[in-house]
Amino acid sequence: MTSVWQKRLQTLRYVVGENPLSLAAFLLFAAFVLLALVGPSIAPFDALASNVGAPLSPPSLAHWFGTDSLGRDILSRVIIATRLDLGIAVAAVGISCILGGLAGAFAGYFGGWTDRIVGRLSDTIMAFPLFVLAMGIVAALGNTVANIVIATAVINLPFYIRVARAESSVLRNAGFVEAARLAGNSEVRLLFHHIIPNILPPMTVQISLNMGWAILNAAGLSFIGLGVRPPAAEWGIMVAEGAQYIVSGEWWIALFPGAVLMLAVFCFNLLGDSLRDLVDPRRRT
Amino acid sequence: MNPLLSVENLSLEFRTRSGIVRALENVSLQLPEGGSLGLVGESGSGKSVLSFAVLGIQDAAAKITGGAIRFAGNDLLADGGSAMKNMRGRELAMIFQNPRVALNPIRQVGQQIEDVLLRHTALRGAAARARAIECLSDVRIPDPERRYTAYPFELSGGMCQRVMIAIALACKPRLLIADEPTTGLDVTTQAAIMRLIRDLGREKGMATLLITHDLGLARDFCDNIAVMHAGHIVEVGATETLFRVPAHPYTAQLVRATPVGQERLEALASIPGNLPDLRRSDLPPCRFSERCELRSATCATPLPTLTASAGHVVACHHPQARTSS
Amino acid sequence: MISTILKRLLGAIPNLIGVVVVTFLLTRALPGDPAAFFAGASGTAEAVEEIRKKLGLDKSLPEQFIVYVRDLARGDWGMSHATGQSVLTELTTRLPASLELTLAALFLAVIVAIPLGILAATRPGSWIDHLCRGIATAGVSLPTFFTGLLLAYVFYFLLGWAPAPLGRLDPYLSAPAQVTGFYLIDSLIARDFAVFVGALKQLILPTVTLALFVLAPLARMTRASMLGVLSADFIRTARASGLAPRTVLFTYAFRNALLPVMTTLGMVFSFLLGSNVLVEKVFAWPGIGSFAIEALVASDYAPVQGFVLSMALLYVLLNLSIDIAYGFVDPRMKIEN
Repeated sequence: MTSVWQKRLQTLRYVVGENPLSLAAFLLFAAFVLLALVGPSIAPFDALASNVGAPLSPPSLAHWFGTDSLGRDILSRVIIATRLDLGIAVAAVGISCILGGLAGAFAGYFGGWTDRIVGRLSDTIMAFPLFVLAMGIVAALGNTVANIVIATAVINLPFYIRVARAESSVLRNAGFVEAARLAGNSEVRLLFHHIIPNILPPMTVQISLNMGWAILNAAGLSFIGLGVRPPAAEWGIMVAEGAQYIVSGEWWIALFPGAVLMLAVFCFNLLGDSLRDLVDPRRRT
Repeated sequence: MNPLLSVENLSLEFRTRSGIVRALENVSLQLPEGGSLGLVGESGSGKSVLSFAVLGIQDAAAKITGGAIRFAGNDLLADGGSAMKNMRGRELAMIFQNPRVALNPIRQVGQQIEDVLLRHTALRGAAARARAIECLSDVRIPDPERRYTAYPFELSGGMCQRVMIAIALACKPRLLIADEPTTGLDVTTQAAIMRLIRDLGREKGMATLLITHDLGLARDFCDNIAVMHAGHIVEVGATETLFRVPAHPYTAQLVRATPVGQERLEALASIPGNLPDLRRSDLPPCRFSERCELRSATCATPLPTLTASAGHVVACHHPQARTSS
Repeated sequence: MISTILKRLLGAIPNLIGVVVVTFLLTRALPGDPAAFFAGASGTAEAVEEIRKKLGLDKSLPEQFIVYVRDLARGDWGMSHATGQSVLTELTTRLPASLELTLAALFLAVIVAIPLGILAATRPGSWIDHLCRGIATAGVSLPTFFTGLLLAYVFYFLLGWAPAPLGRLDPYLSAPAQVTGFYLIDSLIARDFAVFVGALKQLILPTVTLALFVLAPLARMTRASMLGVLSADFIRTARASGLAPRTVLFTYAFRNALLPVMTTLGMVFSFLLGSNVLVEKVFAWPGIGSFAIEALVASDYAPVQGFVLSMALLYVLLNLSIDIAYGFVDPRMKIEN
């Protein structure tokens, strides 16, 4: 066991050494998590309060990121928004991973009609342009944050189903599973004690690869006016609020939330790549 | 008489992240016009690396650090290998193992032959096509007109190997390098392919360099055999001599491990140990010494090149046959 | 060949059915009572009941589904409350604008990403390889709505090189006579070069925005698949037979590397059609995306559902054509299935 971990550690050192960006991404990730946890207590101003500064004032010492048309402090709003943005993405990906993972594991393990139903479900979701489907879901279910989470979870489902299904259909016939089966374990027990624990590493990689995309989708939905409502602070909606001002030169309103959003997504994507290299070095590209 | 192919003291290394791999060291061999030489050794001994270097298709990480390769009097390494460019595929050709994946999967096999003809000959259009079909029938492929339009996935492994031979022989080369040509084929097809290579070689007066890990195959097929171990050629000799009086301990063990006729499996010896890691900085002069029963203190001194009889050369301090230096 | 195409067409039918079923379910999931919604705030209980009958909401779900499919087939996709027009008419008049933008972006992304991927794969470890990897990771991290704004700020506000990000054509120019609905093509047909240049100028920024986003997966896939193919046995055979490097690279390597790239095109289209909505909003592009957003904001649901359905149908169609094209490039597809 120790040698496995030593090897992992070695690979980790190699991956970080190869690509110092992954170290930066990891630190950035830690910073985002910290912001999401303690954001409200370190934000310099009340993020929702109007006129804490003069409206539309550019970045200054008092307001590092400037203020918006209502005189709200943009830095504070960007900080506060971290929790909401990451929260939506984490909740959506979590739901998606659990439901998709279970469905995929069942489909791959039992095959037959279970597999056909799960496969058809996954194909049907994939038959839509995913962002458009998310729009349709939010429009139909109602314009709330919870529905943004549901919509984002639905469009992520096929990815988890695919990974879990592929892994469990291979593991089903693996030697150690066969041995456990011969030892008289029930199929359900086999699934939960032998198959699912072994699906977790590739699922983790998929999570980190999808997290950035989930954030982008959620922010995109609120950019077009779905889910999060003003005056709540959220990166997508802040960019939307700044959009009308950018063509008249007030760049800071949209720039800072947009840049932070981009940074967060970039950080998750880098992390996902590094994690994939760590778990499955063959797929390094 | 000058040999057709002569490799002289060739050294080649790979620069990798984990160190320099000294894949070939002072390798020399000769192949006369129309002759056949078997290059025998375990996988990883450098046989394929050597043949790729002869053709100038070695990996980008490979670096030739010394020696020369001459073909019909031309220095193939001169001008950074540009002399090679127009001879590769025309004067020297090569066939590979696993023929089903060694052909372009989405191109008709006839077109793949034609590509070579267009590159090396003045044939164009219908004439090139006609010649390509002729090449297919040369390698005894039945119904060549129809096979011209086949894709590799529509053919058996043996058929694919015949196609690859047709590609290699399209321009009537003077040297054919066959790299494990029977690996990945059915046992029944293997013999047919080897017979085809031998017959075509005789018909066209073409020299053959057979690369194989199977000493038995080389015995059936080649006039001479060169034994490779960990990037060294340890022994070269006429096939019959090599089997009768193997001089190098490694060759002797290989011979003992090669079935003759219908021996029982238990009678076959196996060779203990593995190839040494060629990245090591403390490689002994004799790379076999760490696996060798006859190892002594002298083995740490530079390797001699001893002659046992005419054309039978061995690189060992403790040859098993009578030699002179 | 025709039988192959027919087989693909048949293969698309389950997806088509799936799409229609899902959009039907989405119409039934409307928040609150759709009948009450359509009756409006002033609707009496009687009016609501009447509308319920009229909409067929008093029938069972399977019956409603049959009515839904029949209406769709007849071209009755509902009415837009905001414009008072039939949804299908609205969508068809706006579709060319969206398609012109999407196809232009796809074209730009392909002509940049594929050479980039090839160059990166043939020179592993070089600066172009690092550039390709950087673009691949950075590109998918771009929120299109944000990059669009940024480009508009830099090229319109700061530099003044681009026109105002407002629609397909300068208000002083009039749209060319409609033939294809694509301004670039229609203006050339009408030989109106001022309009052509005007339309091109408007098109550049949104196209670049969209292309930046889809370039990344394309470049990444091209690079990876080219790397894989270049180390394949058959490339070694081709080199050993002395084929010219160009022949080896294009006729042998690239055509094979194209196959996995074509399979990712489906995913690329999914990204493209999704981001298209956001880019249309940023650049006030009068396509079906901004139409859907306007309808969403106005809680006008029939157009939104029409939009989701039409995008899904378009996507199924695109995937179908990729499948068919794949069959042409890869001879092995004829036998499999």
